[in-house]
Amino acid sequence: MTATVRGSYLFYRRPGLLTLLLLAPPILWIGIVYIGALLALLLQSFYSLDDFSGVIVREFTLKTYGELFERSNIEIIGRTVTMAAAVTVTSAVIAFPISYFAARYARGSTKAMFYLAVMMPLWSSYLVKVYAWKLILAKEGIITWIAGELHLAWALDALLSTPVIGGPSLSISYIGTYLVFVYIWLPYMILPVQAALERVPGNLIEAAADLGATPKQTFRTVILPLALPGVVAGSIFTFSLTLGDYIIPQIVGNSRAFIGQAVYTLQGNAGNIPLAAAFTVVPMLIMGLYLAMAKRLGAFDAL
Amino acid sequence: MRSEAGVGLKLGAAAGLLFLHLPLVLIFVYAFTTEEKSYQFPPPGYTTRWFSAAWFDRPDIWPPLILSLKVALIATVLALIFGTLAAAALHRARFYGRDSISLLFILPIALPGIITGIALRSAFDIMGLPFSTWTIVLGHATFTIVVVYNNVLARFRRTSQSMIEASMDLGANGPQTFRHVILPQIASALLAGGMLAFALSFDEVIVTTFTAGQQSTLPIWMLNELLRPRQRPVTNVVAIIVIAVTFLPILAAYFVTREGEHTAGSGK
Repeated sequence: MTATVRGSYLFYRRPGLLTLLLLAPPILWIGIVYIGALLALLLQSFYSLDDFSGVIVREFTLKTYGELFERSNIEIIGRTVTMAAAVTVTSAVIAFPISYFAARYARGSTKAMFYLAVMMPLWSSYLVKVYAWKLILAKEGIITWIAGELHLAWALDALLSTPVIGGPSLSISYIGTYLVFVYIWLPYMILPVQAALERVPGNLIEAAADLGATPKQTFRTVILPLALPGVVAGSIFTFSLTLGDYIIPQIVGNSRAFIGQAVYTLQGNAGNIPLAAAFTVVPMLIMGLYLAMAKRLGAFDAL
Repeated sequence: MRSEAGVGLKLGAAAGLLFLHLPLVLIFVYAFTTEEKSYQFPPPGYTTRWFSAAWFDRPDIWPPLILSLKVALIATVLALIFGTLAAAALHRARFYGRDSISLLFILPIALPGIITGIALRSAFDIMGLPFSTWTIVLGHATFTIVVVYNNVLARFRRTSQSMIEASMDLGANGPQTFRHVILPQIASALLAGGMLAFALSFDEVIVTTFTAGQQSTLPIWMLNELLRPRQRPVTNVVAIIVIAVTFLPILAAYFVTREGEHTAGSGK
């Protein structure tokens, strides 16, 4: 018996050994590069920045976490979470008809077309998509033009003069930031909702109709509860991605910061890595709670 | 009997799909505008000169493009190796902690990119590692493993263990079995996973801004053009190139895996 043959038999009789050998390189890579880096980050959040010298003091302290509760930082967190919630709800509303049609009525090539039509924007370049919206929302851009052609310029002006969400133009307002977020994350909502709806048995809906439910009642009492895990699964993406993004509000939006931007400025220009690290713990914590809740609602089966 | 979709539902679905696709059309329109200082709509005139301008007059585009292609290629190769190993191991094995390990591979894309980015950045700081092509590759290979892993794992689930046993019974050794039995079955999944990994890496910007230092990949070049525009239509020309470089592999990946479902999926 040659060595290779003997080796093959050894692996066949001891599959655990082969598993270990196969698993070691990827586990070491992720373990060292990624988990190691995450732990290093977490460690830094317990350090603090000396206010006078601007040097990082490498001693255990909770002072940095205390700084998170300063008024301006609380505002940043509140603003980001509100945006994430608004984006999530809107994505769910826009996604539902697409998912429902694709899951229940589209067949054959129409279905493939729907799938590609959702997958292509999902995978196409993030920056290109954000750029497209910079073009759309610009003051001299297409929305202003359409509003002018339809004699609706007054409505656009009224929208922009709304306090808080308005601004000098759509590309310098919360409305703009919100629209771009919804656009970019929408496919992440459509796919899990569609997956959940695919699994609603058709005869259940027929049974509801046979038992005298109106289409509206069927929708509310049968379809919606069964689609809910899919919506929750999609919301994990839309919520988490909005919490951590710092490019979109930088390109389209007013100058008020979101969590991502705060982290970026703190670690960059300000050199305050401890506070930046403490800031990243916020989305991690929120997502941890969110995932625990989603798990209880059975959202992971719909992923 | 399957009833027809209502008008409201059809309109809702159509409007949603239009919302997803119309914005990208504008990228193409603005690549031909004669106006370079603003985003005026409708464009005052049309020209094709930005395409030649991007090619001949803007040497600043080439180094980022080449760096992006290089990083994407290396990251894809690493992701193919690690993703396939992980899928092969976790497909066969049943042991305590298996789910935690598969979660480990998903984590880099489940957590917001900014966390991955700053974590790697501070780790490089602590280790005193200078920024280079390799620091970018390190980040990209970490979050592209999962797409290869998912694709290959799905394929392994649909191929049968008995083929491997048969090959061994017929006297093939491990490398021979891998070469003649396993590889042909997972080839299209590898191709699809690899192309998705390539597209993902080529396009990544958030993690890259933390791991690149002073270097510029194509997405970073584009981000700078978005924040401080000059010759705006040239940015559109580059955007069209990016669309082509990412769209084609993704489309190809879709058709490759779809074909695969009919052929390799037959063994139960």
